[in-house]
Amino acid sequence: MSHLTNFEVYLLLSVIKVAVVLVITLMCVAYTVLLERKLLGRMQNRWGPSRVGPFGLLQPLVDGAKLFLKEDLMPTAVERPLFLLAPLIALGCALVSVAVVPFGAVTTVKGVDMFELANVNIGLLVILGITSIGVYGIALSGWSSNNKYSLLGSLRSTAQVISYELALGLSLVGVVLRSQSLNLRRIVDVQSTHGMLSWNIFGGFQFVAFFIYLMAAYAETNRAPFDLPEAETELVAGYHTEYSSMKFAMFFMAEYANMITAGCVATLLFFGGATSPFGHTFVGFLNTRFFNAVFPVLWFVVKVFGFLALYIWVRATLPRFRYDQLMSFGWKFLLPLAMANIILTSFVLAMRG
Amino acid sequence: MQLALFIIFGALAVGGALNLLFQRHPINSALSLVVVMMSLAVLYWSLGAEFLAAAQVIVYSGAIMVLFVFVIMLLNAGEEEHTTGSRAAYTVGIPGAAAIFCLLSFVFLSERTALKGANIGGDLGNGADNIAAVSAMLFTKQLLPFEVTSILILVAILGAVVLARKEQ
Amino acid sequence: MVPTAYYLVLAAMLFSIGIGAFLIKRNVITIFISIELMLNAVNLTFVAFAHMWHQVNGQIFVFFVMVVAAAEAAVGLAIIISIFRTRRTLNVDEIDLMKS
Repeated sequence: MSHLTNFEVYLLLSVIKVAVVLVITLMCVAYTVLLERKLLGRMQNRWGPSRVGPFGLLQPLVDGAKLFLKEDLMPTAVERPLFLLAPLIALGCALVSVAVVPFGAVTTVKGVDMFELANVNIGLLVILGITSIGVYGIALSGWSSNNKYSLLGSLRSTAQVISYELALGLSLVGVVLRSQSLNLRRIVDVQSTHGMLSWNIFGGFQFVAFFIYLMAAYAETNRAPFDLPEAETELVAGYHTEYSSMKFAMFFMAEYANMITAGCVATLLFFGGATSPFGHTFVGFLNTRFFNAVFPVLWFVVKVFGFLALYIWVRATLPRFRYDQLMSFGWKFLLPLAMANIILTSFVLAMRG
Repeated sequence: MQLALFIIFGALAVGGALNLLFQRHPINSALSLVVVMMSLAVLYWSLGAEFLAAAQVIVYSGAIMVLFVFVIMLLNAGEEEHTTGSRAAYTVGIPGAAAIFCLLSFVFLSERTALKGANIGGDLGNGADNIAAVSAMLFTKQLLPFEVTSILILVAILGAVVLARKEQ
Repeated sequence: MVPTAYYLVLAAMLFSIGIGAFLIKRNVITIFISIELMLNAVNLTFVAFAHMWHQVNGQIFVFFVMVVAAAEAAVGLAIIISIFRTRRTLNVDEIDLMKS
């Protein structure tokens, strides 16, 4: 390592980090599909996929192979450039969000932080911006399919996503007010003082903001109970009717990657990110460098896993909203509630000085 | 390396703008404008305005342009044809725009030394908090324009809802 | 060390392309889009000058320009929708009379 300059070491470590994180994220997306099918099955009192491999663990690999080997249809009347671009935008935006998420404690190897890809001062705004750009994947897929059912499905889904983006952004302002910064590491650090009591949902009193965020995130990722655009009984299959094999797989992966991103953001902002709920009580306990690096990552993974289980639990339990109920819920209930939360939080913080 | 960043995203912005000019269907023009806006966001970041870069992506290309794309998809009026009006506009418009560009770039390039250079990241490299500086100015000295723009947005919302409503 | 003049020349190029598109195009929505392009070019000029003078006022003005552009886009598109409902065309050459 001594014959490489600092910049080359930095570049090499960054490329390795990006490759590892990308592979792990894609594996997580594949296994989230399996997790959903198993949990939905158990909640509906049946097994879920259990034949392929032990406990069905090889199911995602087999599903991936099936989707790859399917015939890739391209209908003649579609607008080709936009038809090919839409799933790329959807999947690209879903995967890029993981670049600013710190999934472990600060652990530097040769000056490079190993558990965050990019420490950006406006990390939270980057995630919101990428969510805003992901809307184009949905809008363009319906338009380029040259099919009135796809167009209607995509317009409905686009309107739903942009309506709930406002409530999503406003619910996060309370968190930003408490931590005085948009840097995700700083937001996590503010929540690490007293373990579980200083997390934003408990000590920061942002439980209303957490529930607004939860509902807005379900609507943003087009998941139940807000999944009208992709319900099988409505509008054929919505905006991805005309897509087959690889491009359909990309939309599918984009949806689950968005779920994972929403879970990551919720743990970072409301549940203390990679810090442990016991705070500093066990600080002397396995104080080696290896365990100090690994345990925070394990806590982060446990919390995100809890969120994914919550997503799947809600899908199994609640019926879906009708479209006008969905829009009036977003505009007439969540948005005023988020604004009231901002006013109340800033009032309390100003009173405390 | 800063020059490479500027050239790449500047060329992308100009390419997107030219694509806007030469495409026949309005949806391709709208998507080219999204490309222009995203490359401008990178250029804002390189000039040290990180909040504006985020606002450009979230507000401009993520909300305003989605509105444009929505309206184009709903109205679905098709590609545009070449009429006599447009041919006259070609002979007058292109030289006029070129003349304006030549005048402006002459003025800017002749003052090149007085305008100094731009370090990448501007004040961000010294650890200055761009958002703190912007909000310190926005909520104290520029508070009146801020409140007036919020009333402006309210009026615009009301106007848009009334104008786009179906006649009963 | 990119000279600030280069950013300004880029902004001038975008502005003049916006003027060209405004004069040449016949679809109302595309004309509207070229107005947004011109506003973006002006925003780049403001940010470049804010960087040059190390002040934040330029960035605040860009913020206001964005807000005004958003309001104008909303109202303008609503007007275009109501014009389309009556005239059934978006070609500027055919919407040139007050009486339909």
